[in-house]
Amino acid sequence: MSKTLLHLNGLTKTYPGVIANDDVSFDIAAGEIHALLGENGAGKSTLVKMIYGLVRPDHGTMQMEGVSFVPAEPRAARAVGVAMVFQHFSLFEALSVAENIALGMENPPKANALSARITEVSQSYGLPLDPERLVGDLSAGERQRVEIIRCLLQEPKLLIMDEPTSVLTPQEVTTLFTTLRKLKDEGTSILYISHKLEEIRALCETATILRGGKKVATCDPREKSARDLAEMMVGGKLNLAESKETTLGEVVLEISDLSLPPQSAFGTSLRNISLRLHRGEILGIGGVAGNGQDELLACMSGEVSTTAEAIQLNGLSLGHMSPNERRTLGVLAAPEERLGHAAAPDMSLTENAMLTAMTRKSLSKSGFLDWPRAKDFAEQVIKKFDVRTPGPQSAARSLSGGNLQKFVIGREVLQDPSVLIVNQPTWGVDAAAAADIRQALLDLAAKGASVIVISQDLDELMEISTSFAALNAGRLSAARPMAELSLDEIGLLLGGADAAA
Amino acid sequence: MDLSAISPTLLVASLMVAATPILLAAIGELVVEKSGVLNLGVEGMMIMGAISGFAAAVLTGSPMVGFLCAALGGAALSMIFAILTQYFLSNQVATGLALTLFGLGLSAMLGQSYVGIKPPVSAKLELSLISDIPVMGPILFSHDFTVYAALALVAGVWWFLKYTRGGLILRAVGESHDAAHALGYKVVRVRILAIMFGGACAGLGGAALSLVRVPQWTEGMTAGSGWIALAIVVFASWKPARVLLGAYLFGGVAVLQLNLQAAGVSIPVEYLSMSPYLITIIVLVVMSANRSKSALNAPAALGRVFHASR
Amino acid sequence: MLRLEKRPNPSKIWGYLAPVLAVIATMIGGGVMFALLGKDPFEAIRIIFYDPLFSEFAWYYRPQLLIKGAPLILIAIGLSMGFRAGIWNIGAEGQYIIGAICGAGAALAVYPLESALIFPVMILCGAIGGFAWAMIPAILKTKFGTNEILVSLMLVYVAEQLLASMSLGLMKNPEGFGFPGSRNLQHYASAHNAELWVGSGIHLGVVFALIAVIFGYIMLARHQMGFHIRLMGESPKAARFAGVNPNKLVIYCLGFSGALAGLAGMFEVAGPSGQISIDFNVGYGFTAIIVAFLGRLNPFGIMLAGLLMALTYIGGEIAQSSLGLPSAAIQAFQGMLLFFLLALDMLTNFKIKLANAEVRT
Repeated sequence: MSKTLLHLNGLTKTYPGVIANDDVSFDIAAGEIHALLGENGAGKSTLVKMIYGLVRPDHGTMQMEGVSFVPAEPRAARAVGVAMVFQHFSLFEALSVAENIALGMENPPKANALSARITEVSQSYGLPLDPERLVGDLSAGERQRVEIIRCLLQEPKLLIMDEPTSVLTPQEVTTLFTTLRKLKDEGTSILYISHKLEEIRALCETATILRGGKKVATCDPREKSARDLAEMMVGGKLNLAESKETTLGEVVLEISDLSLPPQSAFGTSLRNISLRLHRGEILGIGGVAGNGQDELLACMSGEVSTTAEAIQLNGLSLGHMSPNERRTLGVLAAPEERLGHAAAPDMSLTENAMLTAMTRKSLSKSGFLDWPRAKDFAEQVIKKFDVRTPGPQSAARSLSGGNLQKFVIGREVLQDPSVLIVNQPTWGVDAAAAADIRQALLDLAAKGASVIVISQDLDELMEISTSFAALNAGRLSAARPMAELSLDEIGLLLGGADAAA
Repeated sequence: MDLSAISPTLLVASLMVAATPILLAAIGELVVEKSGVLNLGVEGMMIMGAISGFAAAVLTGSPMVGFLCAALGGAALSMIFAILTQYFLSNQVATGLALTLFGLGLSAMLGQSYVGIKPPVSAKLELSLISDIPVMGPILFSHDFTVYAALALVAGVWWFLKYTRGGLILRAVGESHDAAHALGYKVVRVRILAIMFGGACAGLGGAALSLVRVPQWTEGMTAGSGWIALAIVVFASWKPARVLLGAYLFGGVAVLQLNLQAAGVSIPVEYLSMSPYLITIIVLVVMSANRSKSALNAPAALGRVFHASR
Repeated sequence: MLRLEKRPNPSKIWGYLAPVLAVIATMIGGGVMFALLGKDPFEAIRIIFYDPLFSEFAWYYRPQLLIKGAPLILIAIGLSMGFRAGIWNIGAEGQYIIGAICGAGAALAVYPLESALIFPVMILCGAIGGFAWAMIPAILKTKFGTNEILVSLMLVYVAEQLLASMSLGLMKNPEGFGFPGSRNLQHYASAHNAELWVGSGIHLGVVFALIAVIFGYIMLARHQMGFHIRLMGESPKAARFAGVNPNKLVIYCLGFSGALAGLAGMFEVAGPSGQISIDFNVGYGFTAIIVAFLGRLNPFGIMLAGLLMALTYIGGEIAQSSLGLPSAAIQAFQGMLLFFLLALDMLTNFKIKLANAEVRT
C-alpha cells in the first residue's frame, strides 16, 4: 500500500444560498491517478480550489505528507508541490511559449537555460514544444501542453487536471494518457477531474464521486460499469432525449466550396467547405474548439460575407446577404458565446428578443420599434422554454448559464426557422437544461426544419444527429449518416483523416 | 523668400530639442498602453508638469528641482486617473478626457502669477572641443540635458520591456489581464505603477517645454503636444525605437514649418501652423491602413476594464 | 477590505442619484479649491450657483442660462449618440468652428442683400459645414480603421488655424478699420440670430436645442437606429450578430454630431457672438463632452446638465468680477465634476461589499 500524499478531512465550504462542499473526506496516495467525478455544480471546482489555495475552507483540514496543509494562496500550494492545469488556460497569445512558461514560474531560469529545459522536458514526456513559437499560433491541444510543461518544470508531487480532454481529439487524449501514466510511474500523483466516464475507467485506479457537495463514494472505477458510475453521479435517471424516426427530405441548404481567409491575427481559415442539408435533418459537426467553428457560424449567420453562391437556400444565393436579410429567408443562428454575442449582457430579455426577432416577428414598423410586442414575444419564450427569471425586464446577465441558453435557443426556435445553426448549444449548461435544449432541437427537425449542430460534445452529437461531419483545421469531412459511424471512425475524422480535399 | 537661411545642421539640432517634450510624454504613454491602459489625459499631465516644473524652478532657482517637481506633479495628477479607472472601474476614454480638461484648468489657475517670468536656465552640455566640431558638434554634443535624458529613457524602457521580468509581467498584463490575474500577478498594482510612470514622463515632457524649449509659461502652452504623443505611440506600433523615430519626425515638421515661416515662404502662416497636425493625421491613416502589421503589436487588453471576479 | 460585486441588474436609483451626488461633491471640492485660493468658499459657491438664479440681477442672468446652455445642449445631444455607440467624437469644437465659418460665410457672401431666405440657407450651411468636417474622421475610420479620437482632435487645431486665417484674410471686414474679424452679423438683419422674445434669451438656437432633445429621446427609445446605437456601445459582437452595420453607424453618429455642432456654431456666430474672430470659440465643444456624461448620455439628463454647466459659466463670470476668481478655476471645477460623476457612476453597476481578505472567491 503506497503512502498517503494528500489527506482531506471534513472539508466544508458554503456560499450564500448554497453548500458547495459538505464534509468531504478522502485520500490521495502517492503515485496514484485519482479521479474526481461529478456533474456540473457537484462541487468539484470548489474542492480543487481549496487544495490549490484559491479558497479557504470553512471547516475541515488537509494534510500533505502528514504535515498540516493550509495554503493561503496558490504560491503556497505550489511551494509544497501542488500544480494545477485549469480548464481555461491562462496563456498570452502574443507571447512565446518560453515567455508564457516563465510567467507561470516563481523563479524561472534565464532565457537560454529555460528554452533548453522546455525542449528537454517536453520531448521526454511525449509532448514536444518549440519554445520560441507564439502561443497564439498553437492549437488547443498544443496550448494545453504549454500549461502541462509549465507545471512539470516545477517537479510537482500532485498534479491536478481540470477537465483536460474537453479540448482534445481522441488521438491527443491517448498521448495525454501515456504522459500521465509515465508521471504516475515516476511517483507523481494525479487528481483527474472529469465527467467522462469511459476515460476515467481507462485511466484511473481510484475515483471519488461528488454529488450536491457531498461525497457519494470512493471506489475503483475499473471495477464498476459506466452505468453504475453515472447513476452515482446523477442519483437518478435523466430524461434522455427521444429521437423520432425522420425521413430526410429534399436538399434545403447547400454550401459549396466555402473558403475564408483568417479574420484575425490568430484566427482559423475555412477551406473549401461543402455540405448539403436536407429537410428534417440534424447535421452534427464535431470538432475541438479552434478549428473554424466560430468562423463557420459567422459565415452562416451573415456576420461575415462570402461569395454569394457559396451558400444557397433552395437555389437562392445568399452568401453576400446581411444577417437580417437571411433572417427574413428563415436562416437563423445561435453563436457559442451567450453573454456578449448571442445576447447583450446588460440589456433586458425584451431587448434581447428584439435583437434577432425584429424581422420575423414584425417588431419594427418603418424604423419604429414595437416594444410591447417584443415583450410579449420574450414572455412567450420564457414560458415555453421554462426560463427561470423574474420576468422579461431582467438583464441577460442576471440569468444562470442554463437559463440564458434556453432563452437564446428558444428565441430562435420560436421564430420558426427553415434552417437553424447552433454552436455549442449546451456548453456549460446543467444537465436538465441541456436535455430540454436537445429535445427542442429534435422537435424542430421533426416539424420539417433543418438543423446544424456544431459541438465539441461527441455524446451530444451521437444522441441527436442524423448525420455527422468533422471540422478540422478549417476543412469539413464529407457528411455520413450517424448510424454508420463508430467512435474510432469519428476520432479519425476529427483528427483530419478523410477530410474533403 | 530666402531658403538658404535655413541651416540643415541647426535644423537637426533644433528638431531634437523640439521633439524632446513629445518624446518624453510618448515613451511614458507607451509603457502605460503596454500595460493595457489607454490614458488620454497626457495633455493634462504635460501641462501640469509644465507649470509645476516652472513654478518650482522659479521659486527655488534650480531647474533640477523644477524637473523633479514636474515629474511629481504629472504623477500626482495621473493618480486620479489611476484610482478612477482601476478602483472605480470608470470608462478610460471619458476619464482621460476629464483629466485633460481638469489639468488644463488647474494649470491655468496655478500659473496665474507666473506669466511672463523667465525661468532659471538649465545647463547645456559644453564640451569645449567636441561641441565645436561642425555638424556633429551642435547635433550631438551641445544639448540641454533633457535631450540626453529622453534618449536614455527610451533606451531604458526598451531594455526593461525586452529583457527584465518586470517588463515581461507588464506585457503579460497588457495582453490578457484575466490570465495574468489567474497566475497570481497583481494586475491593478502593475497598472497603477505604469500609469504613474506615464504621468511622471508626461510631466517631465511638459517641463522640457516650459523650462527648456520655449522657455516660459503660457496658459495652454502644450497646444496639443499631448495628443500628438498619443498618436506617436500608435505610429510606433508600441515599440520604443519607433517612438524615437516618430517624435523626431514630428519635431522635424514642427521646426521646419517655423523655419519656412521665418524664411518668408509665401504660404500663409496659418497654413504652415496647421501642417504638424495634418501630417499627424496622415501618419495615423497610413499606420492604420497597414493594419496587419500594427495590430499584432497593440496590447490585446488595451482599453478594456479589468474587474477581478474572483 | 472592500470588494466590488457586479449587480445582476443595473440600479435605477443610482442612475438618478449619481449625478446629483456628483454635483454636491463638486460643490464641496470646489469650495476647498476656492478656499485654497484665498476666497471664501461659501460666498463663492453662492455666487456661482445661487445668484444667477435668484439674486436681484437674476432677470439679466436667467436668459443667459438659455443662451449659454443652448449650444452646450445641442452639441451634447449629438455627441451622446456617438458616445453611446463607442464612437468618440472629441473634435466637436472644430466642427463648431467650421459650421460658424460656413454659416457666416454664406451670409457675408451676399451682403448687403436682405431676404427671408438668407437665414435658412445659413442654417443649412452651418449644418453641412459641421457635417463635412466630421466626415473626415468618419471616412478615415470606416475606410482605414483610423482612430477617430486623434483625427477629430487634430482637426480642432486645424480648424482654429482656419478661423484665424478667415478672420485675418478672406472674411475680414473691409470696413473694420484694419482690425481682425469679420463684419458683425448682429447688424445684418437677415442674418441676425435674434431673440424671439426680447429679454428672454430664446433665439432660434434654443428652439433647435429643444427639438434636438426631443429628437434624441425618440431616437433612443423608439427607433431602430437608437437601439442599434445602444447595442453597439454595450456589446459590439451582439450588434454585429443583430445585423448592425458598424460603418453606417460611424458615419451616422459622426455626421449627426458634426451637423449639430456646426449648427451650434452657426447660431452662435449669427447671434450672441456676432462675428468671425480669432477667439470666437470658447470651448463649448469640449464642455459639451462633460455635459454629455453628466447627463448620463440621456437626452433629458443632457438638457438639465447643459443648464447646470451654463450656470457654472455665468456664475464663474460673476465670481471673476466680484471675487477676482480666475476664469480657469471654472474649467478646473468642470473637470472635477466629471471626475466625481465617473467615480459615482460605478455604483449603478457594482455593489460595494466588505470582504474578508483571505477569501479569494
